[in-house]
Amino acid sequence: MSRRLLRLLAVLVAVTAASFSMVSLLPGDTVTAVLGERASEEDRALAREELHLDDPLPLRYARWVGGAVTGDLGISYRTRQPVAEALGQRIGVTLELVLLSQLIALALAIPMAVLGALRPGSWLDRTLSGTQLAMLATPTFLVAIALVAIFAVQLGWFATTGYVPIGDGLFANLKSLLLPSLALALEQVALYARVLRTDLIATFDQDFIWHARAKGNSTARIVLRHAMRPSSIGLVTLAGITFGRMIGGTVLVETIFALPGLGRFTIDAINNRDFMALQGAVVVMTVGFVVLNVVADLLHGVIDPRIRSQRATAR
Amino acid sequence: MSAAKHRWGVAVWLSVGWLVVLALAAIFADVLPLYDPADTRAGIPLSIPTSQNWLGTDQLGRDLLSRTIYGARVSLVVGLAAVVLSSLVGGTIGVLAGYLQRTVEAVSLFTADVLMAFPSFLLAASIVAFTDSRGLLTVVLVIALLYLGPTIRIVRATTLSYANREFVTAARSLGATSGRVIRREIVPNVVPTTLSLAIVAIAGAIVAEGGLAYLNLSVAPPTPTWGSMIAAGKPKIDQSLYPVLVPGLALFLTVLALTLIGDAIQKRQGRNLGAI
Repeated sequence: MSRRLLRLLAVLVAVTAASFSMVSLLPGDTVTAVLGERASEEDRALAREELHLDDPLPLRYARWVGGAVTGDLGISYRTRQPVAEALGQRIGVTLELVLLSQLIALALAIPMAVLGALRPGSWLDRTLSGTQLAMLATPTFLVAIALVAIFAVQLGWFATTGYVPIGDGLFANLKSLLLPSLALALEQVALYARVLRTDLIATFDQDFIWHARAKGNSTARIVLRHAMRPSSIGLVTLAGITFGRMIGGTVLVETIFALPGLGRFTIDAINNRDFMALQGAVVVMTVGFVVLNVVADLLHGVIDPRIRSQRATAR
Repeated sequence: MSAAKHRWGVAVWLSVGWLVVLALAAIFADVLPLYDPADTRAGIPLSIPTSQNWLGTDQLGRDLLSRTIYGARVSLVVGLAAVVLSSLVGGTIGVLAGYLQRTVEAVSLFTADVLMAFPSFLLAASIVAFTDSRGLLTVVLVIALLYLGPTIRIVRATTLSYANREFVTAARSLGATSGRVIRREIVPNVVPTTLSLAIVAIAGAIVAEGGLAYLNLSVAPPTPTWGSMIAAGKPKIDQSLYPVLVPGLALFLTVLALTLIGDAIQKRQGRNLGAI
């Protein structure tokens, strides 16, 4: 475990260094981006000085890392707001969005997988599999627009865009996030259901399930008490991995629904050439990715005791 | 499973048909009797399908059928080229990593980890934005980069499953060089296994291009792309559905077709390689 942690830490350093040098080396003049085309030569020189743009890259990266570990992610070139503060204001929205859509995805995927796995090859299973393939084939941003077109424009049940903070009432808050999280969840539903269905079918064929069945347990009890747990390893791994995919999705979903979240923030940073803001966002997302991978690993041990004992003997 | 005689279903043939028709239309768009995709006088703005404009017009009065067909060029070229590129590069790295192991393996797996830990869509978006060259080549390279990490991992894992099989050991004990073993024994086995994944990856690449185009970060206008058409139609969605519906449906059907074909190949190979 500690070796894996070390490896993930190395990944974190490599990603931040790569993104730092990438945004610094790519064409596009930072000073022009900050001050605009018509800034005077003096102002430019001052800005270069202030942003330490003339220092060598490794030094700038080292300085940035030094700040980052103490929670100082620099100052946005565009808005002059500390990046850490700006991220703090937006991360809540994205976390809520991702969490809500994970819940929706699991709530839809688990019953679909169980129903399919109970009778593989039946018409129900084939219908569900077909639905999942269609879900997999629908790009998230297309789902988002379709949901807006149907539920906001045609039926008028929801506002087309906008975010209601949780302070203005939980119900209004959830309502403003329902369509975006549904859009984000749909692809996950298909992925989760497919993996869980395959694993469940394999589990149902094992001796201990036949034993439980022979004892006269009900199907519901067999699924919930016996089959779910050993079948959920793939699901947990996938949920950890797909975080990166969801980030890509949040960028588009937050743009379409005008949510003030991390994805929208990053795209704005990209379009404004706001290097510090972009760098900060990349770090937050990469840390999230690393943490989720560790959590998924730990969960494997919780789900399957054999993995825990393997780890114990391997060290 | 009825693996003995697994025929392609109707859905797969329909999928192949759709892709063939779309590709032919995109290739021969210039000689087909279509409006110029940039012609703003093709019809009344936001018109519904008529005998002149079979699928309606967009907010500037441009013909949606013509724009969707020309848009297919970008989607298909980007999808195909990006996956071919990432398969060649990632496949080579993956095979070498799986066969040679040791340092090569450690370095390539670490590279794959870094590539996959990077918020990939943002990586693509920032490269396109910062390089300011929103040409086809940039978009292809960027999307190929997204698939490099997963390709390296999957090809390496597949190679690993063949690296110690008897026929490989036999070839090696007959004195074959590593290069010959890789070319004659490993690659012919790895390629078919990863083919179905490549087809699904094309679908993913087309979706990624659509997303970039929606954010105005794909090939620059006036070249029509499905994503940019959808983005342009969205603000007027309360007045006319067609500017979003037509390219959206084209995108959906194309991705669905590729997904169905990839799924069918996977089933035929009697294997479920998971969702990655």
